[in-house]
Amino acid sequence: MNKLDVVGKREPMLDAWEKATGRARFTDDLAFPGMLYGKILRSPLAHAKILHLDLTGAEKVTGVKGAIGGEDIPKKKYGIVPMAKDEYALAIGKVRYVGDEVAAVVATSLDAAEEALSKIQVDYEELPAVFDPVEAMQPGAPVIHEEVHNNVSASIRKEFGNVEKAFGESDFLFEDTFETQAVNHCPLEPQAALAVVDPSGKVTLYASTQIPFFLRRNLATTLDIPESKVRVIKPKVGGGFGQKIDLYAKDFCAAFFAMKTKKPVKFVYEREEVFTSTRQRHPMHIQLKTGMRKDGTILAQQFKVIADGGAYNSTAPLMITLACYFIMLPYRLENLLFEGYHVYTNKPVGGAMRGHGIPQVRFAVEAQLDHVAEKMGIDPLDLRLKNAFQAGAPHPAKLRVQTCGFSDTLKTAAKGIGWEEKRGKLPFGRGVGLAGASFPSGVSNMSHISSGAMVKIERDGSITLLTGAADIGQGAETVISQIVAEELGVPLEDIRITAADTEITPLDPGTFGSGVTLRAGNAAKIASQEAREKLFEAVAEKMEVNVKELEARNRRIYVKGSPERGMSFKEAIKFYQYSDRPMPIIGRGSYQPPAKEPTTLLKEDGNFSPAYSFMTQAAEVEVDTKTGKVKVLKMVASHDCGKAINPMLVEGQLEGSVVGGMGQALYEEVITEKGRVLNPSFLDYGIPTAMEAPSITSVEVETNDPEGPFGAKESGEGTQLAPAPAIINAIYDAIGVRFKTLPVTPEKILQALDEKKKE
Amino acid sequence: MRGKEVVVKRIITLNVNGEEFEFLTEVHRTLLEVLREDLGLTGTKRGCDLGTCGACTVLIEGKPYLSCLTLAADVQGKKIVTIEGLAQDGEPHPLQKAFVQKGAIQCGFCTPGMILMAKAFLDENPNPSEEEVKQAISGNICRCTGYTKIVEAILSLTHK
Ligand code: FES
Ligand code: FES
Repeated sequence: MNKLDVVGKREPMLDAWEKATGRARFTDDLAFPGMLYGKILRSPLAHAKILHLDLTGAEKVTGVKGAIGGEDIPKKKYGIVPMAKDEYALAIGKVRYVGDEVAAVVATSLDAAEEALSKIQVDYEELPAVFDPVEAMQPGAPVIHEEVHNNVSASIRKEFGNVEKAFGESDFLFEDTFETQAVNHCPLEPQAALAVVDPSGKVTLYASTQIPFFLRRNLATTLDIPESKVRVIKPKVGGGFGQKIDLYAKDFCAAFFAMKTKKPVKFVYEREEVFTSTRQRHPMHIQLKTGMRKDGTILAQQFKVIADGGAYNSTAPLMITLACYFIMLPYRLENLLFEGYHVYTNKPVGGAMRGHGIPQVRFAVEAQLDHVAEKMGIDPLDLRLKNAFQAGAPHPAKLRVQTCGFSDTLKTAAKGIGWEEKRGKLPFGRGVGLAGASFPSGVSNMSHISSGAMVKIERDGSITLLTGAADIGQGAETVISQIVAEELGVPLEDIRITAADTEITPLDPGTFGSGVTLRAGNAAKIASQEAREKLFEAVAEKMEVNVKELEARNRRIYVKGSPERGMSFKEAIKFYQYSDRPMPIIGRGSYQPPAKEPTTLLKEDGNFSPAYSFMTQAAEVEVDTKTGKVKVLKMVASHDCGKAINPMLVEGQLEGSVVGGMGQALYEEVITEKGRVLNPSFLDYGIPTAMEAPSITSVEVETNDPEGPFGAKESGEGTQLAPAPAIINAIYDAIGVRFKTLPVTPEKILQALDEKKKE
Repeated sequence: MRGKEVVVKRIITLNVNGEEFEFLTEVHRTLLEVLREDLGLTGTKRGCDLGTCGACTVLIEGKPYLSCLTLAADVQGKKIVTIEGLAQDGEPHPLQKAFVQKGAIQCGFCTPGMILMAKAFLDENPNPSEEEVKQAISGNICRCTGYTKIVEAILSLTHK
């Protein structure tokens, strides 16, 4: 590959200065004259019929401009996965969890809105509730959604190869059960929406969202208005991690009230609402059986997975499908039988969270593999290397893996943590562990999964870039701008970007499935090339050379190899103009990952993603055997991201993801009792602070994927798949106890050490 | 305005970022609300409104305070500095530069509080250890960065 000037550089985010000086505007930072403040009344009961809703008390409060229940807003179900829509903007007929939306009010002040909520009268008839997914599947369990009788709203049963036969041929069989907990995404910015109606009647929604275009579509269908009457703008977003992929009552209510009152309307969730009434990582109950050949080959695996979905579907079918298919990476696995259920319970709702269904099963596999290795007398690293998937190998589910740096991530992570010197050799209380994983770089082909971009070369030589990509803090706008700057041969500072406005910017599905860099990056690359070609044609004519001989670099366009034979970028623009070519100079790009339909995996196998990233996490821990506290001393995150467009941002992604994974391993849990969240605050929830953060070494393994822009693949999301098992495996190395339930709290450590003593 | 309750309003005067502001407000309002809603200083963020995230940190007489737990009426006559007032004569504070250049900012929602907390800390303790830095910012939650680059950025200003 040619030498690169902008791609591959450690550039600060384009909007870092705005953020460092307090000028960056998030949704709640916006205000409009006459704006009303909204609040939502939530159910205090886990499962109940709404017999009667009386809003008259609320309407009488001074300053209140509107109050509605589920019957007052169009009765259309919404949902992020079209086949699984099961939610109304506000509950109709019954509530299904503590925190379910019952009514909404708007008023001239927040105080008045809060006062109004307290005046709403609801008569409930309490219904029997169910909180355990296994119980919820039993005949006779309370029915949470009328049309779903055993509460199983999504399921998958798939066999690859012949598992029974393979178990028969296995030399060793291992069976274990694992449990994972509910984890909240905890974006620091609570969910917010602000709707404004213009004189033509069009509603503009500013929202903390990862998916502006999906939100527009859902607003239109749910509120029964044409899509052309809805505009969604994403201001700065304070983190999402999957939680802001979903649609919420605040979006529908803000838009509805704005249309009704003709005034701007803002809804902002409280932190407690973020915990109780948005989304969380699905707790899972996982039974896993693995058959091994003597030589260390993984012959077959069988899974039974029960995911606690809470009261609604969100991404249910996709989540359980991903859990299944990503068992077959990063290791070769010919024989897999996967049975998975998404089960409704009267609890907070599960949704996509960094890794989307995969971290839970990955924890099970990686924790068990460590045990397998020990029992078979093989080094856990060697066992993983032996079974590591390789690029180009046939995949049982037809995933097409063109580049795969998994083995290299294993080796570099092991080296970074000091595997040779430390594994099994550290004093009691100290240990190392590792775990591997793989993740898609976006989704190949579902409705709406294309990205567009437009690149305009301005007369002063600056570049205007329009992209639909939704930057939620990961730096998407910066990375895409780097790609454009590289293609046009200009410095990053020449690019001005406008993004994520459904009225102005081209279509983009949004930030999920780790597809932004690859998909939106490719669209921007194509657009840049098209704009560049136009300039090149003019320059080629002037210089009497072939277009193919030209290159653009350092704000110059010249004959390849001889920078003196050419002209400046600005001169080229001038010449283009004076040669009577049509202005403005615009390049357009649309990109859809190549795939044969259907590849959602929901119905058929196929290549799910244009590229797959691979990663290994290695951990060193110290267990305080008196207090039971685990301190993660060091983590090494080795990641095959194809090519780091911006290594500093890739590192940032890995570091943040690792600490989140550590939180899942040791601290975090949304605890509920009879469906009520007992710890809806940062303090009680156990979010990691700087004190717990380990020293982190990031290793970028570059494999230059042919499908990625400049070879780039996913980074940051897949990283959260393996920290928890790496830490759990390190704890085993430290104290000889295998934990199968997350999080591993000090109480669990002390109890285990106690039992060990008795043995 | 609360329904039929008596609402007590008072004229209060605040000194924020070197400017005097006088306005009429309810006595129960927090400094965070007043800064964001009355003065339009939205750089100070609301992450929890409960004193548990640090996003709303401001400096009062040079010391870090959680503005969501501070009543505006109680800090009259005191010098308040928010993130908007940290730059001097258009020159950004070294911490702002370090945060930008070291990649310590992702979504940026924790950033204003984090930078102000770090400033107050370094003013007191210009040569801290890594552990002391971590301790100092342990009340400021960041979900994006894993703290690595934040700690690096702060430490980069200490070995001078
Ligand atoms: S908003 Fe004040 S501490 Fe979170
Ligand atoms: S940068 Fe997002 S919370 Fe810190």
